[in-house]
Amino acid sequence: MTGPINPFDKPNSYIGRSVERADAKRLTQGRGQYVDDLQLPRMVHAAFVRSPFAHAEILSIDKQVAEKAPGVVAVFAGADLTDHVTPYVGILTHLQGLRSPPQMPLAIDRARWQGEPVAMVVAQSRALAEDACDLIEIDYKPIDAACDVESALAPDAVVIHDEYQNNLAWERVVDAGDVDGAFARADVTVVERTFTFARHTGVTLETRASVVEFNPSDETLIWHYSGQAPHMMQAIVAKHLGMQEENVRIIARDVGGSFGIKIHTYGDEFATAAAAKILGRPVKFVADRNESFSTDIHARDHRVTGRIGVDKDGSIVGLEIDDLTGIGPYSMYPRSSGIECNQILNLTGAPYAIDNYRARGTIVFQNKNMMCQYRAVGHPVAMAVADGLLEGAAHEIGMDVVDIRRKNLLRDDVYPTSSAAGMKFDDLSHQKALEKLVELMDYNGLRRDQKEARENGIYRGIGFVSMVEVTNPSPMFYGVGGASISAQDGASVRLDATGALHVSVSITEQGQGTNTIIAQIAAGIFGVDLDRVKVTTGDTATTPYGGGTWASRGAGIGGEAVLLASNALKEQVLDVAAVILQASPETLDIKDGAIVDLADENERMPLSDLGKIVYYRGNELPSDLAPELIATRHYRVTDFPFVFTNGAMAAHVEVDIETGFVKVLDFWAVEDCGRVINPKLVDEQIRGGVVQGIGGALYEECLYSDDGQLLNASMADYLVPMAAEMPDIQVAHIETPTKTSVLGAKGAGEAGTGGAPAAVMNAVNDALRPMQASIYQMPMTPQRVLKALGTV
Amino acid sequence: MTQTCTITMTVNGEIVSQQVPTRMNLVDFLRNEVGLTGSHVGCEHGVCGACTIEVDGVAVRGCLLLAVQADQASVTTIEGLANNPTGRALQNAFQKHNALQCGFCTPGMLASAVEYVEGGGSPERTAIREHISGNYCRCTGYQSIVDAIADVLENASS
Ligand code: FES
Ligand code: FES
Repeated sequence: MTGPINPFDKPNSYIGRSVERADAKRLTQGRGQYVDDLQLPRMVHAAFVRSPFAHAEILSIDKQVAEKAPGVVAVFAGADLTDHVTPYVGILTHLQGLRSPPQMPLAIDRARWQGEPVAMVVAQSRALAEDACDLIEIDYKPIDAACDVESALAPDAVVIHDEYQNNLAWERVVDAGDVDGAFARADVTVVERTFTFARHTGVTLETRASVVEFNPSDETLIWHYSGQAPHMMQAIVAKHLGMQEENVRIIARDVGGSFGIKIHTYGDEFATAAAAKILGRPVKFVADRNESFSTDIHARDHRVTGRIGVDKDGSIVGLEIDDLTGIGPYSMYPRSSGIECNQILNLTGAPYAIDNYRARGTIVFQNKNMMCQYRAVGHPVAMAVADGLLEGAAHEIGMDVVDIRRKNLLRDDVYPTSSAAGMKFDDLSHQKALEKLVELMDYNGLRRDQKEARENGIYRGIGFVSMVEVTNPSPMFYGVGGASISAQDGASVRLDATGALHVSVSITEQGQGTNTIIAQIAAGIFGVDLDRVKVTTGDTATTPYGGGTWASRGAGIGGEAVLLASNALKEQVLDVAAVILQASPETLDIKDGAIVDLADENERMPLSDLGKIVYYRGNELPSDLAPELIATRHYRVTDFPFVFTNGAMAAHVEVDIETGFVKVLDFWAVEDCGRVINPKLVDEQIRGGVVQGIGGALYEECLYSDDGQLLNASMADYLVPMAAEMPDIQVAHIETPTKTSVLGAKGAGEAGTGGAPAAVMNAVNDALRPMQASIYQMPMTPQRVLKALGTV
Repeated sequence: MTQTCTITMTVNGEIVSQQVPTRMNLVDFLRNEVGLTGSHVGCEHGVCGACTIEVDGVAVRGCLLLAVQADQASVTTIEGLANNPTGRALQNAFQKHNALQCGFCTPGMLASAVEYVEGGGSPERTAIREHISGNYCRCTGYQSIVDAIADVLENASS
């Protein structure tokens, strides 16, 4: 054992400090390197013809005129790619029974959603490629579409895939305890509600973007990728383009937002890669905003009927939910579109002590764009259903909404424990988080203000959510189901000749501050100045193998790998130092870039001297010493499928009952994400997440016509939260480190998005209560609020 | 068919003269022809604000202006922002307050912020929010951006 017992308490530790991001300096000076910034020699540009119909047979495609258009290099239809790309199927075997037919990058014979790519033009510029797209003659025969989730399983519904009897994709049932028995008890009040969650989407400001280059001389492919999981992409590109994995290199430099959008297999991107391989030159494809709206994965689209039973004291005796969702015509590859529904079944009611729980999930195919995992996967639905029901029940029995949570939230001393749905929990702090929240927001004061305001005809409401968040997933999330998605991450830490550290790590940066926290951990654990640490992420050629940044896993899993590697390197360096200084390694430490005596921190030798001896003057070392100034370690979560975090949030809203407009006045979030590495960055993750959650609660909806046309595929028509409507958000923390790692960090990236919709919905209903009105449909648009009030 | 036109403009103090297709918009010209990739494109229809740049002293959407319309104009992009003390102060404040995550909105956000600060905007948070409400940011939730702009205004007045 070297160094102090607890490295986090060292005075020079960077862990727990809000240091500034080096990347921020670069990005404020316009020196980012996003994919579309890349110009390569001989590069050409791809544009796509997309199906104008939600469901249609493709009778013929005539490319001849387009092929002769100015600047056109090649034109491809679906059939032209069958020799170059193997089909992909978006199922995971652990979601037993989930089915989905094979997909190809461009539709062949039949198009199944409006926006599905049908043909591709590659030309000298994007503008010329788009010109030529207009010259491709496609003869479609429209077919009736199955768009509506509710009727997709009706006997007379159009079946989207001929190989199946109906449009069912997956079903799952969870049944624990005796819900019927509990609900039948005479002293139990049962409250039932039906919740609707619209489709919305990620709207990353940088749209999906790829530049793919292929070098036929050595059969290598480089994909400049705007995304979150380079090694996953490497594996699936190699597999489906028929290449050796080592010949595929994925490079992700700056990524202009991702949130789960840029972590899937998109047909247009795969067609771009195939074109690069066929043409032997770089091809760029950057989705325009319209393509983004109609093909970036959508999320949510759930109808949930829920029932909760409480006894006279407010104890929950049972909970039942029935979730119906539509995922578009296919399950997305490779993560599948089954996870959101699965999470809802796993997580609804999870913060509370509930013995009797029944949940049913049904997923159907439909002729709309595909659905998949977007920030907070399932959490906004699960939390809004459970906490919406709970607040409904509280009012039914005349109990305060905070008191009913105090009564039912898992006690802070019960861990480890499991939920009725089988989720394993440890190191949580629901009760503490709730108490901290109530204090932070001055709950009693707000209630008094609310009363006063109501007397003046102003309708304000306060709503809460208590939540869990799935973070730091183990191989039980995807790998177990057969996907080439790593749950472990690796870090290499290298000491250079002048005493600097170079860290390369398999997690990625999309603005969260990954590179910064990695540097903080390495600097703090090893013992150098932060500005002597350089970090490399986002390149399969130069980083260890790993999962990337998604499912709130970067800090917890990648951070632990960096900690382990930094500790290992430290031991290696001290072994070398001990030989040079003729001391025993146990008596030495590293501090501020120098080898010091552990006892009194007296400097013995700067690291730069050690580096120079090892790298340049090895002749001064004994010949049996083989110094290793690089260490690599990997880490995965082993004893739990996920490391859960918890949080408590509250919203304060004002509803204009004349216009139906909802204004969020205040928002508070108390989060327990374990050890906080950089408080400012964590707070900003939570704030950004909350605002995305408010977007889902109040504004965001992909509107489709009955025949499957996306009606608002532009930023002018699809509403997102803008600065003027958003509140300031107060964030506070409880720190219960997870025992699954030394670092003790859990994830924080999705909490805000998972919790905010529930809190806002409860607050709106609290505001509407004097009018005996309620709303359980998101987004809660002015029109829907007025409808709830009975005015329209 | 693609028509072209020769245009000349001053970009961040340098004179640029080039033949461009008449249908090319200004932000594409700056990014793809001049090589100033700091200005970003998020929607190409004037809504997101990512392409906001300064043309003859006014903050404009680079995607709503054709390059030929900026013939003879003086243009400042994010790459030239540090030449202006307000620009520099805002860049520093954005770093200090972590007023960016992915950074894709940042060049446009800074251009709008420069316009606000130089136009004598008030440090009042609601007013700042109102001014930047034409610039979309998916990552930050806006609070830190408001903090950064308010910080610059408060420091200027103190
Ligand atoms: S790209 Fe110009 S406003 Fe969005
Ligand atoms: S920082 Fe990502 S969009 Fe603003």
